[in-house]
Parts: sequence; structure tokens; C-alpha cells
Amino acid sequence: MRQLYILIQKEFIQIFRNPLLPKLIIIFPIMVMLVMPWVTTMDVRNVGVTIIDEDCSSLSRHIISDIRAAEYFSLNDNVKTHNEALTLLEDCKVDAIVLIPRHFERDLLSQDPQKLDISANAVNATKGMLGSQYLILTIGSTLSNYNNHLTAAKTSDLIVIQNRFNPTLNYRHLMIPALMIMLLILICGFLSAINIVSEKENGTIEQINVTPIGKVTFILAKLIPFWFIGLFVVSIAMIVAWAVYDLSPTGSLGSIYLATILFILGFSGFGVSVANLSDNIQQTMFVMFFFIIIFVLLSGLLTPISSMPEWAQNFTTILPPRYYIDIMRAVYLKGSTIADLWPNFVALGVFVIVFNALAAFTYKKQS
Amino acid sequence: MNNTVISVKGLTKRFGDFTAVNCISFDVKRGEIFGFLGANGAGKTTAMRMLCGLSYPTSGSGTVVGFDVTREGEKIKRHIGYMSQRFSLYNDLTVWENIRLFAGIYGLSKAETIERANEILARLDITSERDTLVGSLPLGWKQKLSFAVATIHRPELVFLDEPTGGVDPITRRQFWEMIYEAADNGTSIFVTTHYMDEAEYCSRVSIMVDGEVRAIDTPTRLKEQFAAESMDEVFRILARGAKRGD
Amino acid sequence: MKQKFSSFIKKESLHILRDVRTMMIVLLIPVVLMILFGFAISTEVNNLNVAIVASNHSESVRQVADKLSANPYFSFLGYIDNSDIDIKLRKGEVDAIIVFDKDYDRLLSQRSQGVDTPPAIQFIFDASNTNIAQTGAAYLQNVISSDLTHQEMLNLHLLYNPQMKSAYNFVPGIMGLIFILICAMMTSVSIVREKEVGTLEVLLVSPVRPIKIILAKMVPYFLISCINLATILLIARYLLDVPMSGGMGGIITISIIYLILSLMLGLLISTIASSQVIALLVSAMVMMLPMMMLSGMVFPIENLPTVLKPLPYIVPARWYIEAIRKLMIMGLPFSAVLKEVGILIFMTFAFMGIALKNFKNRLE
Repeated sequence: MRQLYILIQKEFIQIFRNPLLPKLIIIFPIMVMLVMPWVTTMDVRNVGVTIIDEDCSSLSRHIISDIRAAEYFSLNDNVKTHNEALTLLEDCKVDAIVLIPRHFERDLLSQDPQKLDISANAVNATKGMLGSQYLILTIGSTLSNYNNHLTAAKTSDLIVIQNRFNPTLNYRHLMIPALMIMLLILICGFLSAINIVSEKENGTIEQINVTPIGKVTFILAKLIPFWFIGLFVVSIAMIVAWAVYDLSPTGSLGSIYLATILFILGFSGFGVSVANLSDNIQQTMFVMFFFIIIFVLLSGLLTPISSMPEWAQNFTTILPPRYYIDIMRAVYLKGSTIADLWPNFVALGVFVIVFNALAAFTYKKQS
Repeated sequence: MNNTVISVKGLTKRFGDFTAVNCISFDVKRGEIFGFLGANGAGKTTAMRMLCGLSYPTSGSGTVVGFDVTREGEKIKRHIGYMSQRFSLYNDLTVWENIRLFAGIYGLSKAETIERANEILARLDITSERDTLVGSLPLGWKQKLSFAVATIHRPELVFLDEPTGGVDPITRRQFWEMIYEAADNGTSIFVTTHYMDEAEYCSRVSIMVDGEVRAIDTPTRLKEQFAAESMDEVFRILARGAKRGD
Repeated sequence: MKQKFSSFIKKESLHILRDVRTMMIVLLIPVVLMILFGFAISTEVNNLNVAIVASNHSESVRQVADKLSANPYFSFLGYIDNSDIDIKLRKGEVDAIIVFDKDYDRLLSQRSQGVDTPPAIQFIFDASNTNIAQTGAAYLQNVISSDLTHQEMLNLHLLYNPQMKSAYNFVPGIMGLIFILICAMMTSVSIVREKEVGTLEVLLVSPVRPIKIILAKMVPYFLISCINLATILLIARYLLDVPMSGGMGGIITISIIYLILSLMLGLLISTIASSQVIALLVSAMVMMLPMMMLSGMVFPIENLPTVLKPLPYIVPARWYIEAIRKLMIMGLPFSAVLKEVGILIFMTFAFMGIALKNFKNRLE
């Protein structure tokens, strides 16, 4: 026990004496939490639309004013020709062009109606898809109103939408827990890996290996400081989330911290394993970078897992952050309990065992 | 009590096709200062790493302080000390923190730690540097401190890997005084060096060439055997046909 | 002088080539990431899990259920009980629930006769995934609305990305992210490692001009990066079917500028950092999030509040990604990205200038 205590003390001294690490541990999470949530919005509220009205009828004016009134669109109406509009689209100044053809109103009820044309820039798939869906809905309802007898019921009056857990559809609330996890992945992953490999590169690990210190004691002494650091980072992030974005967990703090403890332990075990298997600092960083970027981009932190192809969805089951983000989002936004989420906790527990077994196994005192 | 601290038979280490240490055999007696000589690349460090339980032998066997080098590496580590030229102490910890760390690792109690730490600081005359980072100490001080730390748990046997590399002659002298002092207290010393004048200080030396032990005896008898004036000459005679090293 | 320069390059290359494992890793990482992300990342909403609550399984309710089952965007999970709504949502088993009023049929027919009725359908979304809730609502409304006549009057063109493949959107982003991070990680250790090992002094006292030292350090990494560029472009073109209609020449030109910029950024970090660990932490860990979040790779940067608006301007990846999107996917000519090219070149020289200045300061 005294050995473990002494070793942990040593780790803390080294971390605090590093010129960069203490700043990184405090400032990095605060900066990230202050800046990044503002970017994390997929809100499709400002779809830039330009309308070319070749019809100039009362119906076309109706369509224009309904689009202008809808909350999703910002109308750019300084455009006269289709070419002008296309240039705007190419420069990403607008996202969609609506072309109302000549005689659209006149021929609407004829056998062979003119078709209204919507062109959307689908380079950004979400905005393209959603923007055009909204346009269809808006224009559809204008047409229905205009042609009252044609329609059975106005959809928007028939349906009430209830958005549970995040009633204002605030994308930020979805992304803040994800950002916390990214912070943890970055800090605990990189730092734990780099910590061991710099002992290797400085040769001090050799001195440790020639002492009777137990493998498990040594690895634990490497992992435990990251528990504290990780919990500290998450706490800072939660405070910023509460103070700046008015977001606090609906569920219990206990389940958040339990999940965090499991995640950090598993993940820093992973970092230590990578460091054990690498030759030098640069190699370790490249390998960690490789895994971290996969964890960040494929665990459903930024883009939904349900949007991935099936093989990729199956692949995500081996990514620990996937289970952690489910827990964090569910507890933060839905108020889910450990009882609701127990499979995720079990999965995190399995990762803890696997990665730390790997860390102990790959650390060899005698080669 | 057994009078042999190291006993090695046919110890061999291969890395792929390369045989770093080829079937070496020797004994080291308790209380000896055993000089382990050889040019760079002769296999000294590899052999030493096997003896310390850092590296598994490919074949052959050996015991160190009565324990098997292959199976009982961890037991060996409880009874030995180890220092090397490059490694050893944490540069980003202070003198005191390094002492406390290694004392703790070897299971010394708090009281013992304080007692021995003060003893070391006094003996090396660096009490004023107690809170200085080891990284900013001059190399000579660092080496003396590492030796003190390597023997903080009063081991039966200490391994020193080129302990005086790169330090000035005065410090080397002081260093050897520390070695003698430790030997007088009953600690056996296993030291590698390529300074041949240092070889003269050893009770017995072995000379390694190309992974093999070519000669092993007291310095006096080796000089007689090779009809040489100094150990330096002995070494040059033996190393003449060396294929490895620089 | 020339000979000295080439011998410097040789020395640097030897140093890199000797570490075979790291080389392999550096060459493999982009390939794996590109394939993985190119196929897997998508923001498209499909497989939305939908359940229905209806006390009365009337014909019209069943019609909706049939439409849901037939629609590729939804997986219809069946009918559930009113009391299960909460627990199903909280466990994350369903994304959306449609609740039909028990008088749904009556309300519907009343409505068609022009009578104003209370709403007959309720959508309940798990809005903890905003994206799904928002898109799902639009999809579901279109499904429920039986009035299709107006849709026949609309023509929809999805330009540049007609099949709505997200890969198109993410390939430029992934390229922008991978290049800058890997290049910066490679060069960020170059100078600081010499400092740690103690060989920097030797370089500093040599008569070689600092700019040559810096360039010599860059050359081998630049060659490695070019291999990476080639493999990534091949994967994008032949595996992910990205159109690249803007012409290969332009794409390669701007990519090479971007590679040099990234290597310079790494060198700049190397001249500032006091150890390899710090250099690598800055180039990998600190830079990863801004490059991911402020470059427009995943999130549209135009949504930033005014105070933070200037931030993306200093993120090189942002300009590269924008330019590559235009060249690769929208198929615009090289003349459309001149602004981006100019900014990237300016940044490259700025980084080089600062790196050089830092390096020279060492001499004094």
C-alpha cells in the first residue's frame, strides 16, 4: 500500500511540475466548453433560399410570403435570373433555389400543370435534405390553402409534435455531453499513453523494472492519477455547461460519475497498453491519434450511429465511448437511471477489465 | 550462508540471428568487486540485464543471490541494487523526492527513509541541494546520488553499468571510494566499465569479446598471464580480433 | 553549399526510414481512416425506430402503419401500450412514437368536411437527438399527410450530391483533418528531438543557414505526405466514388500547398515546444478539436455567434475543406478557389517566417 501511495505521489508531482500539463488540464476543458458548443449545431433554421418568380401571380406571391414567414428560411430576394441564383448557390451563399415557372397559377388545375422547381445544394447532406423537405412542406401547405377544396385536411393542424427531453430542440444540449466525452478521450487517452512512453524513452522505466515493485502496483499508480484528472475535467465541464449553457443533468450525478470512473479507468488502461507496445513517443502518439480519432468520429458523438451502414453500426459495438455517450446523454437529457442503462454500464465494465488486463499483460518487467 | 552471489552456466541471449551473449559461465563471490569488462557492443549490458531479471536468457542458467535468473527474477530484484550511466533517477523530481520514491519502492518505512536520506545527503555533502531538481545537478553528483539511491535498501549485490562514464577524474575517484565503502559493508559489487585503470581497482575481472568471456581472473594474474604491463594492454591483446564494437 | 543541403536531407531521411514501424503507421493511418470514415460517417437520418399507440386499430391507422413499414427511412416496431411510452423512450428503444386519438377516424372525417377539430395525432420524439427529431418530424409529416397532389406539382433537384451520399460531404473534411494533424505530428518533433538528444547544437554551429536546416527537415516528410495524398485521392476516387469533377490538377495543387502548410505548422510548434511530449500534445491533442469543430467539417460554421465568428478564419483546415468541396464535389473550376489558395499560401509563409524567427533566436 505504501509503495502504491509513494508511486502515485510521484506521478502527481511529475504532472504538476510539467510546464504544460497543469495548464492543459485546467484551461483546455474550459476553452473547449466555452467555444465549441456554439459551433455544434445542425439547426436547419437558416436555410438560405432564393426564389425566381417567373409567374408573378398572386399564388407565387403567396408562396414567397409563406417562405419568408417560415422560421427555417432566410430569403435572399435580390436575384433576377436563374444564372445569378446558381452563382449564389455555387458560392454557398444560398442553399436552395425555388423556381416558379411562368403560368404556374394558370395551369395549376389544368390537365398538364407546370412544375415548380426546387434545387438544393446537397453537399451538406443534412441541410440539403432537411431544407428541401421543409420547402416541400411549406409550399405544399400554401398550395393546399390556395386550393382549399383539393385537400382533405391541413397536416400542420392535424398533428401536434411533442419533443421529449429537449423540447426546444437545442442541438447544443445534445452536443455538450459529447464534448465532455471528447475532452476525456483526449486528455486521458493521450496523457496516459505519453506518461508511460516517456518513462520508456528516458530510461527510468528500466530502473523501476529492476526493483521488486509489482506489475499491478505500477500500472495502478499510472492509472489512478488519471481518475482524478478525468473526474476533475468532467466536473469543470459540467460546471461550465451549467453556468454558461444552463444545462444540468436531469438524472443523478451519481450515475454520471460512476460511468465516468469506469470509462476513464478503461480508457487510460488502453492508453497504457498502446504505450507498452510502442517504441517511442512519436509512435505512441500516432497510434493513439489513430484510435482516438476513430473513437471520436464513430462513437456517435458527432454524427448519429443510426445513420451509419450496418457493418459500421456493428463495428461501433466495440468502441467504449459509444456506451458512455449513451449514458451521458440519457442521464443528462432524459433523466435515465442506472437501472435503465445497466447494459451500458456492464459494457463499460467489460472494457475496464479487458483494457486493464491488456495493460498489465503488455507491461513486461522481464523481456 | 552461501558464499557465491552470482553463478552462471552457459548463459546465452540471442536476438533473432544475432547472438549477443554466447554461452558465458562464471561465479562471483560474496564481498567481491567484480569488474565486467568489454568493448562497446561486446554484450556486457545484455549479460547484466539477464542477471538483473530484466531479460530472459535464451538458454543456459544462472542464480543471482540464490535465485534463478529465469524463474525468480522478481525475487532477485528484492536483493539487488542497479544503476546505469544513462538511466536511474527522475530528472523532474528533486533529490529528496527521488530518495523518498526509491526508499518507498523498496519498502522502507517512513522513519527509515528519513534516516537514510539524511545519511545520504550528509555523506554526499548535498544537504543544501535537497530540493534541487536532479535534472539540474552536475553529472558527477547525479552519478554519486544514483549510487546512493541504488544501495538505499542495503542490497546484497549492486550492479553498476558504466557508472563513471563521462565524469571527471576527481569524481571518478570519489565514486570508487563509495564503491569500496559499500564493499567493506559487505555488499558485493558487479561493475561494467571500459576504463581500464578502474579495472585495477577490482578484486576480479572478466573480459568479454564478441559475446564471449575470454578471460577471468584477478588483475594481477591476468597481467602475468598475458605478460602485460597494465590491464589496458591485456584488454588490447584480447580485443584485437574482435569483430563487433567500434 | 548545395552538397551540404542534400547531405542534410539524406541524414534526415535516414533518421526517418530507420524507424520502420512509425513509417508504416504513418502510411497506413490515412488509408484506414479514409475508408472507415468515408463509408461510415453520415448524418442522414434513416432507420428511425417508430412505434404507434392507438387504442383503436382502425383502417386508417393501419394504413399509416403500412406506409411506415414500407418506408426505408423508418423501422416500424409495432404497436405499444400508452403506459410504455415513457420507459421505451427513456431506454432509447424508440426514437418516435405516433399517438392516434381514439376518435381519430371521426376527427379525420369531420376535418374533411371543413369542421375545426382538435388535433388527432401526436408525435412524441426523443429529442435528445435533435437531428433525428427534426428530420424525423418532417419525414413523418410527409408520410401521414395523405394529400399527395401538391407533391406532384413539385420537382426536386438535389444538386452535386443527388443520391444524398454523406461521403461526399465528409471526404473533404476528413482530408483536411487527417493531413494537417499527421503532418504536424511528424514535423513537430523534428527540431525539439534534436534539442533533447543534444544534436541541435551541432546543427546550430554548422555554417548551414537556418532556412536550409528547416527545409531539409521538411523534405522527407513532404515526400511521405505526398504518398499519403496519392493514396487518399485514389481511395476517394475509386472506392468512395467521389466525382472530382473540378479537375485533378487543381485538387493536387491545393493539397500540396496544404501539406506544406501543415508541415510548417509542425515545425513552428517544434521551435516553440520545450520537449517532444509537449510538441506532440500540442499538435495532436490541442489541435484536434479546433480542426474538427471549427473547420466546417461536421458543423456549419455560419451558425457561430458574432463574438466567435473570427475563429474559423484562422483555422487552415477550414479554407482547405471549403476549396476541396468546391473542386471535388461541386465541380467548380480552379478559378473559384483562388481566394482559399491565396489564404493558404499566406498562412504557409507566415508559419515559415515565425518558425524561422524562433529558430534564429536560438542562435543568439
